[in-house]
Amino acid sequence: MFLEYDPVLYSRILTALTLAFHVIFATIGVGIPLMIAIAEWMGIKRNDPHYTLMARRWARGFVVTVAVGVVTGTAIGLQLSLLWPNFMQAAGHTIGLPMFMETFAFFFEAIFLGIYLYTWDRFKSKLKHFLLVIPIVIGATASAFFISTVNAFMNAPQGFELVNGILTDVSPLSAMFNPATPTKISHVIITCYLTSSFILGAIAAINLLKGKNHVYHKKVLHLTMLSAAIFAIGTAVIGDLSGKYLHEYQPEKLAAAEWHFETEREAALILGGILTEDNEVRGAIKIPYALSILAGGTPDTVVVGLNDFPEEELPPLWIHYAFDVMVFIGMYLAAISILFVVMNWMKKWNAFNRPLLWAVFAGGPLSMLAIQSGWFFTEVGRQPWILNQVMTVAEGATTSQHVDIMLVVFAILYLVLGVTCVKVLRRMFKNNPVEHELEERGITHSGNRKAN
Amino acid sequence: MNYEVVGITVLWTFLYGYLIVASVDFGAGFFSYYTKRTKKNHLIHNIIQRYLSPVWEVTNVFLVFFFIGIVGFFPDTAYYYGTALLVPGSVAIILLAIRGSYYAFATYGAKESGLYNFLYGATGLLIPASLTTVLTISEGGYVVVEDGNVRLQYGELFGSLYSWGVVILAIVSVLFISASFLTYYASRAKDSNALELLRKYALIWSFPSIGMGVIVFFLLSKRNLGHFQNMMDIWWVFAISFVAFIIATYLIWNRRNYGTAFVMVMIQYFAAFFGYGASHLPYLLYPYLTIYDGFTNESMAIALIIAFIAGLLLLIPSLYLLMRLFLFDADYVEGKK
Ligand code: HDD
Ligand code: HEM
Ligand code: HEM
Repeated sequence: MFLEYDPVLYSRILTALTLAFHVIFATIGVGIPLMIAIAEWMGIKRNDPHYTLMARRWARGFVVTVAVGVVTGTAIGLQLSLLWPNFMQAAGHTIGLPMFMETFAFFFEAIFLGIYLYTWDRFKSKLKHFLLVIPIVIGATASAFFISTVNAFMNAPQGFELVNGILTDVSPLSAMFNPATPTKISHVIITCYLTSSFILGAIAAINLLKGKNHVYHKKVLHLTMLSAAIFAIGTAVIGDLSGKYLHEYQPEKLAAAEWHFETEREAALILGGILTEDNEVRGAIKIPYALSILAGGTPDTVVVGLNDFPEEELPPLWIHYAFDVMVFIGMYLAAISILFVVMNWMKKWNAFNRPLLWAVFAGGPLSMLAIQSGWFFTEVGRQPWILNQVMTVAEGATTSQHVDIMLVVFAILYLVLGVTCVKVLRRMFKNNPVEHELEERGITHSGNRKAN
Repeated sequence: MNYEVVGITVLWTFLYGYLIVASVDFGAGFFSYYTKRTKKNHLIHNIIQRYLSPVWEVTNVFLVFFFIGIVGFFPDTAYYYGTALLVPGSVAIILLAIRGSYYAFATYGAKESGLYNFLYGATGLLIPASLTTVLTISEGGYVVVEDGNVRLQYGELFGSLYSWGVVILAIVSVLFISASFLTYYASRAKDSNALELLRKYALIWSFPSIGMGVIVFFLLSKRNLGHFQNMMDIWWVFAISFVAFIIATYLIWNRRNYGTAFVMVMIQYFAAFFGYGASHLPYLLYPYLTIYDGFTNESMAIALIIAFIAGLLLLIPSLYLLMRLFLFDADYVEGKK
């Protein structure tokens, strides 16, 4: 390694790497079960085998991503103890409860996933099989819920007293339901749903762009875009509430995200731009009053500026870009999905035109990028704290040797897993295209089962 | 019972659960690979696939439950073991990651691949070997604490007879547990070819497993006399284990009651595992950490125990459903569904 060995630095990089990789699969893991449930339900309601086939195909792909989600989740779960032993020692005392409950959520999900996948044709009533997907949806969303409360606690720790470095008076429930919890969990969960809708929509869009004109793909696109429109609006509303949370409890993170130096009212929101050496913002778009509105709901809300915080407690200012990327993509996803729904609703317009299909397709990768930049924004924005105002990252880290080698080894592992996962998924769906499967199952173009 | 003992008992029970279900899984992976190499795979492939496919993810959660739970109940373990185990722990993570994902790739990716099979078979033996390092270390003498830093003595670990003994014990146990379960499963499936082969494997690995158990027992007396004497004090527990082993082997040998035989194997390991665990108390890590000084605060302990009971109420019916559909449903097992 070229840098001087510093276990703290390498632990941070390795944690960031594992989490960033895990969250790709975790996001899909939380969102896709809901989409499967919706599709299977539609299939029963409308008696339309196209929707049932959607649920089947999504479930098949889902197992592969779950596998990677599970193994990377196991990795991060163990790594937290291996890389941040002091933090986990403190966290175990305070926030052990939701972590422990998360494993029950996994258990629940894992059991029913096993049953669901292997019982497609085992029950006479279709409804019975549908009921099996509900525990999967609940389990997946509950795991996001519990782990997000842990992260919320890191941002707004409460529910304990710290006397001479010793934790006392612990209240696990108040640690779990801290001020960051409501916005954190709701924003995380709804963005998982949003991202999953867009990823499935993007697959349908690319199929249509490739000239596969089967009505199946159109149904997928319509279903996913309608859900995406709802989730996108929810995301923006909850995102706005998250801004208000930051204003109240982590004003330095908000100020850093917005390069807001002077404490003032009627503060403007800054989009893009660059920062000069003497902290002047150049080339940015300024939206007057918008920051004050984001922070407090009214233009005359006073937003504290960076100059009012001790310099050594400020996060790196590049998180501004991460924040902007997330918000920009949020607006984009909302616009595209709403546009699609409206155009599809107006019978005269053709929602399946090529530019819009391309735009939907772009939404898939972009939504995942938004997840990544959102997490980088909040995690890096918490620096230098691992537990906000209680424990710094350096205090939480391991003192072990060899973290640098582990970083290299894990990077290789994730690369191999990622590449193979994509290869396997592509092969799975290429070898068994929708058109082929429809034929095989005897489903006609209009979605009726052939009499036979 | 105080909270400390309740806590460790809960965790130990889940670790025992993992020991059984994971052994079945690991061993199956190895047998599957081995029979492929020896061209006998057609005999047992179906049995292994039908059992494993629905349950592999559940197996993993047992492990997750243990290592998340231990940090909840005994936060100080994160500090000691977390620091000491960076390298062996990471090795275990990597092996688990390879195994889990490549199993899914091979099963659902619908392409036979020699590499996937090799990875699946090899990791089945390497994972137990790497995970048992934790038990070895807990006996003391492998970890030192100097000026506030926890260090693992690699030379000591790799140079000690005891630690190698434990590794071999783990591997042969995996093969024995797995073979005896699969024998039972094959008998339920009325698949006599698979049954013959698996029964043979079960018998082959039975005596090595008990033999290694005895050897490790005596190696421990050199490693940690205190623990060894505690074990001698509850010798009857290990006697139960031994009797259960004899019954299991007898039944398999005589081609009778494979179900009872497997239950006996479970009892054999249950007794040995809990005897080992109970005599290890109060230490979590000799001589640095006991369950009393590493325990979480009281309100967290109560919260965790309540969560645990609520969780069990949810899990037991679900697990029952899973077993009913895949383990005890004769049609499914026989491959008619
Ligand atoms: C598809 C993903 C996505 C999209 C489109 C958005 N977000 Fe977001 N955002 C996340 C995905 C995300 C996230 C990855 O889920 C984060 C990271 C941590 C968290 O709590 O949620 C997040 C965090 C996050 C935070 C920090 C919360 C904290 O640190 O506690 C704020 C203030 C916002 N978001 C605000 C917004 C606004 C105003 C959006 C405008 C539409 C927006 N987000 C769209
Ligand atoms: C899954 C999405 C997540 C991503 C992409 C992510 C990303 C990151 C990044 C980039 C860092 C390094 C920050 C820095 O050093 O500058 C980090 C640190 C960390 N994260 Fe997260 N994080 C995620 C979720 C979580 C959750 C849910 C938890 C809580 C259980 C968590 C716990 C930690 C810890 C303990 C650290 C190390 C301390 C620190 O550097 O602040 N992360 N994460
Ligand atoms: C907000 C970010 C996160 C979300 C939304 C999330 C969600 C999920 C989901 C849905 C799964 C199941 C696998 C799948 O269905 O793909 C999973 C697996 C897992 N996650 Fe995460 N996770 C997050 C961050 C973390 C963190 C920080 C940890 C560390 C404590 C963690 C620990 C685990 C573990 C141990 C598993 C494997 C569980 C098993 O064996 O089934 N996750 N996660």
